[in-house]
Amino acid sequence: MKFAVLVFPGSNCDIDCYKAVENVLGEPVDYVWHTATDLSAYDCILVPGGFSYGDYLRCGAISRFAPVMNEVAKAAEEGKFVLGICNGFQILTEAGLLPGALRRNMSMKFACRDTVLKVENNATPFTRDYAAGEEIVIPIAHGEGNYYCDEETLEELRANNQIAFRYKSNPNGSVDDIAGITNKAGNVLGMMPHPERAVNEILGTTDGKKMFTSIINAWREQHDAANVR
Amino acid sequence: MKAKVYVTIKQSVLDPQGVAVQGALHSLGFNEVESLRVGKYMELELGDVSKEAAGDRVKEMCEKLLANTVVEDYRYELEG
Repeated sequence: MKFAVLVFPGSNCDIDCYKAVENVLGEPVDYVWHTATDLSAYDCILVPGGFSYGDYLRCGAISRFAPVMNEVAKAAEEGKFVLGICNGFQILTEAGLLPGALRRNMSMKFACRDTVLKVENNATPFTRDYAAGEEIVIPIAHGEGNYYCDEETLEELRANNQIAFRYKSNPNGSVDDIAGITNKAGNVLGMMPHPERAVNEILGTTDGKKMFTSIINAWREQHDAANVR
Repeated sequence: MKAKVYVTIKQSVLDPQGVAVQGALHSLGFNEVESLRVGKYMELELGDVSKEAAGDRVKEMCEKLLANTVVEDYRYELEG
């Protein structure tokens, strides 16, 4: 299974994502610059955190028009796995690959600390190794992670089981305590917390590891099923 | 042709920055401020185009990039 970590000018969690894949899974992973126009070699696209394009105008507003984003949309369409973390989540919402938007934190403060998340949907390719309702410790680091969507969209998210993670104690004012959501098909996930920073004891928590093992297990299952056919 | 674009957070969406600035005004004694919303103002020089064409283009710019219509409203004025 091959992973791509996108790199925009201003990305700063790209190395963490790369190392998480390398250390947890030992699978091949490449950095892919935002100008790339072909992602066909990759099975999973990681859109990392940071401050792409300096967060100018709005977080993710400019990055979503980077050439590579057309390819991300194509990969999502094809059912490949796309995981956006923090700024990556913001980019995916701006690109319309996920519903809603991320607003300034209610507190107006940059929030940088461990949070407890509840796994609300463990039937996604990103969460299948967690138990339903499992509580996990994953750090957040954002100033604009306050998820917003209108009532109608929220009803849809609930009805389609698109809410992957909720905060146990809401750190930013997010609608319905939402920490991460998927698209309708379930192959695109965006979340503000950083699982890639939670993969080693020396980082304080290893609860993010199962996100990465989930991805590879989901891919293997798909892949093996294809071989049998 | 010149375009002035105003982008504001929708009335239905909380604007924490506006709330904080309003609080600061209150603490300075400006208690008459009942509501305050922080927005963005952009000036665009568009060259030699008709008002009608400029309007269409600016609207497209707002929809595509300048505003995120999930959480923001926009309006614009054309001059020249």
